[in-house]
Amino acid sequence: MIRLFTRYRILLPVVSLALLLGATFYMQPRAMSYFGLNLLFNLAVPIALATLAQMMIIMVNDIDLSLGAFVSLVACVTATWLNDAPLVGLLILLVLVLAYAAMGAVIHMLDLPAIVVTLGMSFVWGGIALFLLPSPGGVSPDWLRALMTIKPPFVPMAVAAAVLIAALTHLLIMRSGIGTVLRGVGGNARSVGRAGWPVVRLKALAYGLAGLFGVLAGMALVGLTTSADANIALRYTLLSVAGVILGGGEFTGGKISPVGAVIGALTLALAASFLSFLRLSPDWQVGAQGAILILVLTARLLFTRRDAQA
Amino acid sequence: MTRTPQGAPPIVTLTDAAKHFGPVRALNGVSLSIAPGDCIGLVGHNGAGKSTLVNVINGGLAPSSGTVEFAPAGAQTALEAGIRSVFQELSLCPNLTVAENLRISHTGLRGFNWRKAARTEMAQALDTVFPGHGISTDAPVDTLSIAERQMVEIAIGFAPRGAQARLVILDEPTSSLDAGIARQLLDHIVRFCASGGAVVFISHMLGEIFDVATRIVVLKDGRVVEQRAAADFTRQGLVDAMGHVAPEQADAPAVRAHAHGAEVLRSPEGLNARAGEIVGLSGLAGHGQAEALARIYFGATSSWRTPRAAPMVFVAGDRTRDGVLPLWSILRNATISVLPQIARRGFVDRDREAGIMAEWKRRIGIRTDDVANPILSLSGGNQQKVLFARALAASAPIVVMDDPMRGVDVGTKQDVYAMIRDEAAGGRTFLWYSTETEEVCQCDRVFVFRDGAISAELTGADITEEKILEASFEMTEAGQ
Amino acid sequence: MKLLQKPWIWSWVAAVAAFGLTIALTQGRGASELGYAALSFGAFAAIVGLGQMLVITLGPGNIDLSIPASMTLAATLALKAMGAEPGSAWLGLLVALGVGLGTGLANFALIWALRLPPIIATLAASLVYQSIAIWSNRGLRIKPPEALADFATGRMAGVPNVAIVAVVLAALVWLVLERTIWGRWLLACGQNLRAARLAGVPVEAVRAATYVAVAVFASLAGYLLASFSGGAALNMGSEYLLMSIAVVVIGGTSIAGGMSNVPGVWGASLFMFLVVSMLNSYGAGAGVRMVLTGVIIIGIVIAASTRRARQ
Repeated sequence: MIRLFTRYRILLPVVSLALLLGATFYMQPRAMSYFGLNLLFNLAVPIALATLAQMMIIMVNDIDLSLGAFVSLVACVTATWLNDAPLVGLLILLVLVLAYAAMGAVIHMLDLPAIVVTLGMSFVWGGIALFLLPSPGGVSPDWLRALMTIKPPFVPMAVAAAVLIAALTHLLIMRSGIGTVLRGVGGNARSVGRAGWPVVRLKALAYGLAGLFGVLAGMALVGLTTSADANIALRYTLLSVAGVILGGGEFTGGKISPVGAVIGALTLALAASFLSFLRLSPDWQVGAQGAILILVLTARLLFTRRDAQA
Repeated sequence: MTRTPQGAPPIVTLTDAAKHFGPVRALNGVSLSIAPGDCIGLVGHNGAGKSTLVNVINGGLAPSSGTVEFAPAGAQTALEAGIRSVFQELSLCPNLTVAENLRISHTGLRGFNWRKAARTEMAQALDTVFPGHGISTDAPVDTLSIAERQMVEIAIGFAPRGAQARLVILDEPTSSLDAGIARQLLDHIVRFCASGGAVVFISHMLGEIFDVATRIVVLKDGRVVEQRAAADFTRQGLVDAMGHVAPEQADAPAVRAHAHGAEVLRSPEGLNARAGEIVGLSGLAGHGQAEALARIYFGATSSWRTPRAAPMVFVAGDRTRDGVLPLWSILRNATISVLPQIARRGFVDRDREAGIMAEWKRRIGIRTDDVANPILSLSGGNQQKVLFARALAASAPIVVMDDPMRGVDVGTKQDVYAMIRDEAAGGRTFLWYSTETEEVCQCDRVFVFRDGAISAELTGADITEEKILEASFEMTEAGQ
Repeated sequence: MKLLQKPWIWSWVAAVAAFGLTIALTQGRGASELGYAALSFGAFAAIVGLGQMLVITLGPGNIDLSIPASMTLAATLALKAMGAEPGSAWLGLLVALGVGLGTGLANFALIWALRLPPIIATLAASLVYQSIAIWSNRGLRIKPPEALADFATGRMAGVPNVAIVAVVLAALVWLVLERTIWGRWLLACGQNLRAARLAGVPVEAVRAATYVAVAVFASLAGYLLASFSGGAALNMGSEYLLMSIAVVVIGGTSIAGGMSNVPGVWGASLFMFLVVSMLNSYGAGAGVRMVLTGVIIIGIVIAASTRRARQ
């Protein structure tokens, strides 16, 4: 019974993605090809990485409203410094990850509401991005462009990358010892602290991981779009929150699933492409994303209700 | 490795340890040493300083004065000295599995195959303390029952975790366990101490204390008032040492044998009450009394609309969770329930509000200079009086009370008892759940709960401590 | 000093300081123009901020992310209904308020019936509202009726009309919070929802009314903003999402719920405009302006939390 329930949690995101994919193929059979899949999931990799970044924060019971601005900033750094002076660029990105870790430590030590601190940080990241790249432009480093457009055999790059990312994060968060302790912080921070763990450092680690995944998301995005601007990824803030929840995560209690989060991100990315096949007017693209979100969450409610009754 | 309990160096030694919180002397100079083989029963009234003492021993609080020394020279922290605590409130991570929770408290579990090691150690720990427990180490903790969670927590407390547990502090460990499981735990404590471990055991069940303790320490007002071998105590002697407030005037219940009105309430589990009646809910804590009251209250009131005259009001015992609105003044806290009755077109009539407040401040004796002061500036007992005023001011015919005397001093209690009798004489019905038998004996009729159901209904002269205890315990368990 | 202990005083002090520093640069020239602009633009932030404040007062986890979408949708539909016809301003207002009522009820329906966390419910719903706005707008830019545009950009006794509207609304919200039973109920819910329910507060009704109120406020702001700027644009609300939260926090309302601060919202709204003009007049670029805005928000949160810790 317990096993069934835990399997249900991941089953629902999987089923929603499969249904959506099936519907897409039904509408547009030509999408069922290497090239078609690549097109469908074109922007899925950066969204998946951003969703994982958000998941790290939600894992420790906080929420990050600055993620979109942060990913935009990383994109700007990648398209300027990382291309022109790779070493300096790398250094900047490293500092950004550390800044995220420091943000986590400060939030915990001063007991600040994360939602407001990250709100303020979104202005900071956005301002720096504007400073670096006042108007859209910059160039993606060639190696990054090559990496993102690589054509592996059998499965397109986006799908292969998503599977790889999901597997690695699953190992890190669900299987490893430190990942378990991090989830423990979300579940019951007090008892983790009482057992002798330095909770401040753990919080910093969770935020640092979020920063790292945010950096990867920004780089992947530039690799795909080849240029950047200061507002390129602002909508990732809300998309990433939606992705985590779609993937079976919850806002409190450290209940998250990396595999689910990646699937949630793929679902959101696919939802956008799906609508263009529906021959619905493009006006409804955003709205359909919202509708799909509501639908999946309703389904989840029904599942958990039934489980509670059983 | 056979260790002789006698003469072994103590695991922890407190010398004149004191802990002050502002003006409150929670611990007032305690000297205590715990050696291998000791099983210490720690008893005392609410507020005697038990939890403060526990937290000083386990290193959670630094003493304000005096010293705490751990035995193995060099052990700086209680954790290093092998001291573990199992707290009353559940301290597991509900989102992790049983084995993963061991990882949290066992910092030494590392390496590629830590999961397997954690599973093995956890299963062993559970098997040792609770043979035949039936708990899977892969089950997420939030799918376990409260009792199972408590068992996991106790097992983790005794688990080796890379070293050896030398002193385990158990704070009311049996409160949510049934008698059979509790027996297993008591047996394990005896075994553990016999093999050179030490236990500090806190329980309000004196029988359990006598079963396992080698030595009993009695705390009162932050001091150790008695410390002797368990065999030297009798039950009565122990109760006397704690300074039990003897039930003073035995309020002759016969005086209250007035006739009650019509039935005003009947619940599915068989609880019923008549107008003007004081109905008590009793039994061991956590056997469904609070839940029954909450169901009755939520059933009689709505989350969507509030009539001008409320049909039922609620007096919370768990003030922080259920009662106090912490940002507000005494005035606003006291009048929130009466507002619908004194509002004019949605506006609060502030003169009438102040009038009602003044009346209840006088009637119930809330000690404050200014009712505009924040509620949190009051002592616990006075906060509770405000909650009583809140409920009684709204003239609802039924008053539901969920163990409302927690942390209330004796004087206040007597005031409130008198007020309840007054109001009942005026026709109000009271549903009163209390963990203190002395209070239940004030009621006209008592329902005793066991395992979420009513096990007995007592009236009149039948309302005695013995009868209530009889109905609270499952008698067949004696054979186990 | 009793005054210094009021949580709203700091946003006003900051607003006055920003005003003073800007004026110092021009040696007093343009003071009234700056004040006028601050009142005009601050009014919109204040209206949405008042709504967001009510929701945040409901306690942790309560927030409305659909404010920009409600603004855009209300503005779009109202302008469409009016079709630039003279004398249709009241019809437009009615449509806008109707949209607010609808989105507010829809938001709460998702929160209540589906038990979704408000943050995700309002986010999902806002995507739908956005689409409806795009669909009904079709890239057309309808002008507001002339009388309405004149009203929105006009002034009375030297004060912008929109500011008067926002001040009246603020006074209304203050009256509801301080003097009515609904205000008491709202504040009680925000401190401890369970305790409020056990004290007889109809908590679901209070929550529903609050989510409707924030949407109606957002719709009204959208209606006025579109009339003010000569038409609805699809991105007209976007800057008000973060803005609405920022003015609530800077204004001294507790993010933990149960405590509202009406004057602070106005002070913070003026400050958010004035700090930008100040940095502008000192020649700071857009990037520096944003960074400083962020730093100020974080600084205020830290200051508020250390003040709380000292108490």
